Amino acid sequence: MAEANGTQITFLEAIRQAMFEEMERDPAVVLLGEDVGVYGGAFKTSEGLLERFGWERVIDTPISESAIIGAACGMSYAGLRPIAELQFIDFIVCAFNQITNFVAKGHYLWNAPAPMVMRGPSGGGVHGGPFHSANPEMYFVHTPGLKVIYPSTPYDAKGLLKAAVRDNNPVLFFEHKFLYRRIRGEVPAEDYTVPIGKATVRREGQHLTIISYAAMMHTSLEAADALAKEGIEAEVIDLRTLLPLDEETILQSVRKTNRCLVVHEDTKTGGIAGEIAAILCEKAFGDLDGPLMRVTALDTPVPYSPPLEEYFLPNAKKVFDAAKELARY
Amino acid sequence: MKKELTRQQYLDLYYYMRLNRAVEDTMVKLFRQNKIVGGLYSSLGQEAISVGTAYALEKKDWLAPMIRNIGALLVKGVPPRDVFMQHMAKYDSPTKGKDGTSHFGDLEKLHIVSPISMLGDLIPVMTGVAMAGRYLGQNIVTMTWIGDGGSSTGVFHEGLNFAATQKAPFVLILENNLWAYSTPVKRQVPLENLADRAKAYGISSYIVDGNDVVAVYSTAREAVERARAGEGPILIEAKSFRRLGHAQHDPAEYVPKEMRAYWEGRDPIALYEKFLMGERLLDTKGKKDVDEKIETLLAAEREFAENSPMPPPEFAETGVYCTGDECHKIRPKWERPISEVTPPKSSVKPVWTVEGFGSGKSAASTAIHFGDTKAALETETSDTDATTKTNGSKRAAKSPAKNSAKAGAASRATRKVKR
Repeated sequence: MAEANGTQITFLEAIRQAMFEEMERDPAVVLLGEDVGVYGGAFKTSEGLLERFGWERVIDTPISESAIIGAACGMSYAGLRPIAELQFIDFIVCAFNQITNFVAKGHYLWNAPAPMVMRGPSGGGVHGGPFHSANPEMYFVHTPGLKVIYPSTPYDAKGLLKAAVRDNNPVLFFEHKFLYRRIRGEVPAEDYTVPIGKATVRREGQHLTIISYAAMMHTSLEAADALAKEGIEAEVIDLRTLLPLDEETILQSVRKTNRCLVVHEDTKTGGIAGEIAAILCEKAFGDLDGPLMRVTALDTPVPYSPPLEEYFLPNAKKVFDAAKELARY
Repeated sequence: MKKELTRQQYLDLYYYMRLNRAVEDTMVKLFRQNKIVGGLYSSLGQEAISVGTAYALEKKDWLAPMIRNIGALLVKGVPPRDVFMQHMAKYDSPTKGKDGTSHFGDLEKLHIVSPISMLGDLIPVMTGVAMAGRYLGQNIVTMTWIGDGGSSTGVFHEGLNFAATQKAPFVLILENNLWAYSTPVKRQVPLENLADRAKAYGISSYIVDGNDVVAVYSTAREAVERARAGEGPILIEAKSFRRLGHAQHDPAEYVPKEMRAYWEGRDPIALYEKFLMGERLLDTKGKKDVDEKIETLLAAEREFAENSPMPPPEFAETGVYCTGDECHKIRPKWERPISEVTPPKSSVKPVWTVEGFGSGKSAASTAIHFGDTKAALETETSDTDATTKTNGSKRAAKSPAKNSAKAGAASRATRKVKR
């Protein structure tokens, strides 16, 4: 996947590099959000950007998510390509109306594309509690006009964020904060993008397909390794983009393995697993040897105390158990 | 009304107010013939606001109308047929039937941003356009409107506060027509003057008689010039009255009869005609010429609109995404050297300078940057008080509160504050 002459960087550094390089490449790219400038962002994803690109391009804003998204939309109408940072993605719902009614509908209604990126740290597993651990991706997957990206590796994070900046549509870019400093990976030295809307096969196998994304991608791979020791070869698909969903890669794999398990950190009801189940029923019903199974978070808010949160979240053991059950069909 | 405009400007204002009313009268007829799809909203009695404010903008400036700002669209150059077709959901309408009413825009030529029905959302959006315009060196001003009702939304405050912190060249017209659907303004906002909202953001404001088109225009003109000069956003409260119901379906029986009668006696077009006649800017023949011009124009525009087809059903499925480059023609139009915003020139020391402390001890300003790459030499700023403008005369009330945004001092040295 990565070129040999690349370097090992963290997931967080991949995001920073993507923004840095896009701003270097195109003066129409600007960054705005809370504490993104002097402080360099709550997680330091924009460290060094103000120093290099100045006050006009790296803009510290008031705590006003609707104003951040609204202003970014206005900037995009005038020819800029703004990146709007949400300090924690939980707060994106404060701008829900701006995103779903203004930004998302503009091109459909009056031919006004809004080339803008809305990004921020998401996900649990770091004991952030109910308001700093959200996975709100499905609110937006249900909104025509948006694109939704949720990567799992530094290579994809960098390549997809660059693709998002260059895309002519509004793109939501979720950065799982559990991965920020825990995951390292190689990225090429030269400029590259990863196509939006394309899933990838992380691990090949013939007995069942595990579909996942973001932090749960790594959990799924861990479970797949354990399954392999028991003679079950799982094919693991990383969705990378949730909207538009890469149906082809999903169908291709399931037609081969005839069994499908979806793993996501988002809560169960209304999660992407339900959508995938519907697609398989519509287009690959005859290929299924067993029911679609899902391992997801519980249908509750994200609890704070570590034993509660661990119980709430999916983990490799839960994936392993579900996969073993599915393999029996 | 005081004489201070050119003859042509006076007549333009008259023409556009008359056109605004005639377009809406035509739509009432279409509505009664069941040719309008959905609701029909009226700006009857408020035409002076839409026309007077939009007329203060230059061609390069941007505006975003609300539902009762058809007049602003006409001033900006939208042909009446587009307004008719929007309301009739026709395929030749700017949105090709995907949206109705004043919900359409034109990014490339006319610089109009389409509104959505959720009130207040245009305020941060037009702030963003203003910031982008400044960043690109275009020296533009952006304008949008909000009602007394819409001024209670969260995004009104988020947007105006952000515009103020950014000193964005943005003018917000607060159209106080005294009713938000069926609820009187007093029940919504415990303020005598909604312009007082501006004080909370440290920005300038005006109060103007919204039925006096000359006062509206000259106030808006001054506000637009000040915003363009770098003074930051300005709020204008235009006081008027919504003569009809919220929309055609609403007989507005909740409005006291005497109140309606009072405002009917203050019809902005009748008042202005009287003024123009008195000043010998208009006579019976001139009035008749305008009647005929509008009648001829609207007959043709209406015919075109009525003959336009409805959209083919399957068109509903198209255009959710912009795919390829054909659908995105908006390129950043640079009117300043790009080198100013790219390294090495863009590079700065990433620290705050706090007035009175550290390196900010001697400097009274320049700590926070709003797009002025040169250091601001002057710190003169305006008071935040509302300036009342009626019948062309100004009345400024001094307030002890000093402008708290003084530390910003972002107005360029070369652009003196005009007050």
